[in-house]
Amino acid sequence: MKYSYFPGCTLHEQSKSFNQSTLASSSALGIELEELKDWYCCGAVFPLRADDIMSLLSPVRTLIGAKKEGKDLVTLCAACYQVLKRTNYLILEDREKREKINNYLEEDYKGDVKVLHLLEVLRDNLGWLGLREKVSHPLSGLKVAPYYGCLLLRPAKEMTFDHPENPTIFEDFLKSLGCDVPDFPYKTECCGAYLGATAKDVVSQTVYNILHGAQKRKIGALIVSCPLCHYNLDFYQGELMKEKSELTPIPIFYFTQLLALALGLSTEVCHFEEHRIDPLPFLGVIK
Amino acid sequence: MEIKATLIRDELYKEIEERSDQKILNCYQCGKCSAGCPAVAFMSLPPHQVLRLLQIGSNEEVLRANSFWFCSSCFTCASRCPRSIDISKVMEALRFLLYRKGITPLSQDMLDEELEKDTPQQALVSLWKKST
Repeated sequence: MKYSYFPGCTLHEQSKSFNQSTLASSSALGIELEELKDWYCCGAVFPLRADDIMSLLSPVRTLIGAKKEGKDLVTLCAACYQVLKRTNYLILEDREKREKINNYLEEDYKGDVKVLHLLEVLRDNLGWLGLREKVSHPLSGLKVAPYYGCLLLRPAKEMTFDHPENPTIFEDFLKSLGCDVPDFPYKTECCGAYLGATAKDVVSQTVYNILHGAQKRKIGALIVSCPLCHYNLDFYQGELMKEKSELTPIPIFYFTQLLALALGLSTEVCHFEEHRIDPLPFLGVIK
Repeated sequence: MEIKATLIRDELYKEIEERSDQKILNCYQCGKCSAGCPAVAFMSLPPHQVLRLLQIGSNEEVLRANSFWFCSSCFTCASRCPRSIDISKVMEALRFLLYRKGITPLSQDMLDEELEKDTPQQALVSLWKKST
């Protein structure tokens, strides 16, 4: 199984924990991810203004690069996935804008690259039972809940990833790894996204609600697929714990870190040193 | 508050509709958007009131609010709206009207070195694109 791979700026630069655990696990599963030779920052947010054509050019250039490689395009970061997938949808559905965009570019792009999230590749090509068979170190005894956030799921018509408010793909993934997966009603609540720099209070509040919700359900850890969700839940958790004595630490994992552990790969690819909330005490309870 | 027919659907209103590509008059004030908004407690006007004031021509009052700077584009409102209005797009149009005039919640000293070092690139790019 060969795919083109778009890491995006955060995985490329900062989140070694996400990038390296992804590359190591994929290769162990026979999923070959080949980084695009020519890629650009996706812009991190999908342009919501109808007349903002300029912000669409860099994701379209990346999609054109992927088309040249001739393989489906896999990405991990929820923001990259959102921008690339919505851009592709727009190119397919909106003829007027497609023509306008192509007038700026050297190529005539028609929206024919398939944009996939690694979870979709696992589900559709390996299957959850297939993944279960590859797991050499089941994570039995770990009570882990998924935290989807927003960008993977909404708007559902364009993302077509899972149900916008009651998704289950992460639950299926965690069960394949052998985890105990409780129901987590906060799994699609917004973490506050990029508001931390201008409005810290918003992120503190949303993160507190999510963590407190997890703690009440005795959830030991959360998994994410978004570097910004990870930062907010991990970094702000450290800040919150200074003031809120009722909070107990809940480590935040990228889903690929748990995948790497379940496949028996070295913990080095997980780069746990990047975490503010130390995940090692939690991992000690694997049965 | 005085409501004048001449204020309804004025030029500014038309610009907001055009830039957001949303039909604001479709809103029938059910309040689902405000009920599910993760940042509503911080907004000076909840999302459904933003739409109502735009409907009755109180555009200036809307532009004085801070609501759009707190919208994180999580699309919860958009996925629940029974009238299929994507309010995050209306919020984006409102932000655009302001930062075009040089009004933004960003300031140069906002990011200290430590925060800049730890914050993911994704957050910084998002913040800049949403505020400038």
